[in-house]
Amino acid sequence: MTAQITTSGIPFDAQGQAEESRRRDLAMQAFVRDIAMTNAVQLEACVRCGLCAGACHFFVTTGDPKYTPIRKLRPLEQAYHRHVGPFAPLFRLLGIAPRVTAEELEQWQELIFDSCTLCGRCTLACPMGIDIADLVKQSRHGMFAAGLIPDRLELMDRTTKLWGSPATPAEDFADIIRETGEERGVAMNIDKERADYLVTVAPAELTEHTKALSDAAKVLNKMGYNWTYHSKGFEASNIGYLNGDIELQEKMTRQMIDTAVKIGAHTLILPECGHAYGAARWESARWYGEKVPVRVIHMTEFLDEAVASGKLKLKQINQTASLHDPCQLVRRGGVLAAPRNVMKALGLDLKELADAGAVGWCCGGGGGVVSNKRADPIRYRAFELKRRQVEDANAERFVTACGQCRITLNLGANKYKWDKKVDSLLELVADNLID
Amino acid sequence: MELLQFSRGPALTFAIAVFLLGTLWRLIGILMLERRRVDAEARPGTPTPLAAAASGVLAKMWPHKTFLKSSLFSVLNGYVFHIGLAISVLLFAPHVLFVKSLLGISWPALPSNVVLAVAVITAGSLLASLVHRLTNPVQRLISRIDDYVSWAVTFLPVLTGIAAVAHIGGRYETLLAVHILTVCAFLIWFPFGKLMHAFLFVLSRGTTAIRFKQRGAEV
Repeated sequence: MTAQITTSGIPFDAQGQAEESRRRDLAMQAFVRDIAMTNAVQLEACVRCGLCAGACHFFVTTGDPKYTPIRKLRPLEQAYHRHVGPFAPLFRLLGIAPRVTAEELEQWQELIFDSCTLCGRCTLACPMGIDIADLVKQSRHGMFAAGLIPDRLELMDRTTKLWGSPATPAEDFADIIRETGEERGVAMNIDKERADYLVTVAPAELTEHTKALSDAAKVLNKMGYNWTYHSKGFEASNIGYLNGDIELQEKMTRQMIDTAVKIGAHTLILPECGHAYGAARWESARWYGEKVPVRVIHMTEFLDEAVASGKLKLKQINQTASLHDPCQLVRRGGVLAAPRNVMKALGLDLKELADAGAVGWCCGGGGGVVSNKRADPIRYRAFELKRRQVEDANAERFVTACGQCRITLNLGANKYKWDKKVDSLLELVADNLID
Repeated sequence: MELLQFSRGPALTFAIAVFLLGTLWRLIGILMLERRRVDAEARPGTPTPLAAAASGVLAKMWPHKTFLKSSLFSVLNGYVFHIGLAISVLLFAPHVLFVKSLLGISWPALPSNVVLAVAVITAGSLLASLVHRLTNPVQRLISRIDDYVSWAVTFLPVLTGIAAVAHIGGRYETLLAVHILTVCAFLIWFPFGKLMHAFLFVLSRGTTAIRFKQRGAEV
């Protein structure tokens, strides 16, 4: 792993010792392998109106047109037109579908990783309906194959392959669960042979957000459900999904689903993590190879159903609150009402942000950006947008349902000495259960 | 052979052939690619794929109010020249007669002076879109040759059509021949560049809408 700089002065990281031409070929193969009818239609449909730029927090806060979302697809698009598109042979013959160069891939690393949170606001703004965020994610497959991803993300990838989680070795998981339960006085279930609910976690919950572990347990215990955490299938954030490592994505997906099936669980509960939802709820069938035989739901959906069914009674907080909508959960996942329903059940008077729900601004740290140190300066600029809207809403509390969003927002708050605490919806529920 | 005969005859025939074959080739080439199965459990109440696609196509006709401010010029100007082009092409009496001679079908036309006025507005709108592309930093950066060629082959038929109807710049026969040749250029370029969005927008909006509606997400 070495940090390098392109001839045009753009920093990039490269993994392995492959020659540049080899990297380019590997990226091309991966790009081409991924292209199917749906994404071909979308790669063909752009009219270069540039309206996606106005939806991107990185363009809006920097004014730099290089961050225009559709531009981030250039290597993938070139690969498509040169090798896959209906006129590919003609374009090659006439020399009008240029080969992607290794230098271009190196330059585009910053655009595909550092300055894209996969939030999909651009997708919503695109008049042609091009799912730009999905195509950027697809571009990451080629970048990973070429060994051209940010080192920080590659480190998480390697750690996950080695440990089964980017946060902690899988063999320590059971101890963390037990210790958290003991510390907080909550009965924890771990590695049960049979359970109806398999509860999974996000990496931050094994480090700075351990309260979420006992809070999930507290809620499930309260409901009297047969549930468990499991050392063989606990990691839900799926680093492969973010990094473009499709083998790891498949492995992490299978690990969770296979464990759920093995213990006879009918429901797999995902943690408060947006990307976990994108990876497991909407993409797991692709990697599992067939329809997933268990129900996959986000913790927020679980809480919403529990409250709606009357099985979970909550104390009233009676304060005003704003909600940060995690992009993968709301804009790209359709879970719009659930967090609002739970907040209402908590007696929180919702003060919506100026841009809320499907059009809400990203926290700025999704898509692995918060883990990519190099992206800190533009991430902090993106945070400014959110801070302004939260301040304008002027609510007493600020709530979200994604641990990565919380981390990103708290980093921003620390940086700017902003005294707004970001609450977890799960933690609010667990702290306000009626005995 | 006279220029007008050439433009009406072999040039137009060749252009129509390239247009039809090229468009079909491109559409079939895209639609024949592998279709990846989406096996994720759809939310209850997910509309049929056709209904989802149709709603997506309609929903994208106007931007979400959050994006309206930043996209207002592009959206309004886009509507002006698209509607202007549709009126100029489809509702101008000589064009209706041309289609009738070709396909045997016809429909009522608008008075020529009305279409002329619409064509002038359309030309102005197209010029505005070019100025915007050249001056807006985002559009300038992401533009390619295709954008300028597509613009030119769209603008020139409008311009030469106005000249022919208003008898400006030469003999009517010559102006008409030049007008038809610019239409030929449009038809020949159509399958290869972004003008294909006339068909592709339905597929692009539709495929995304199917995916998002399955998730219960907004399109």
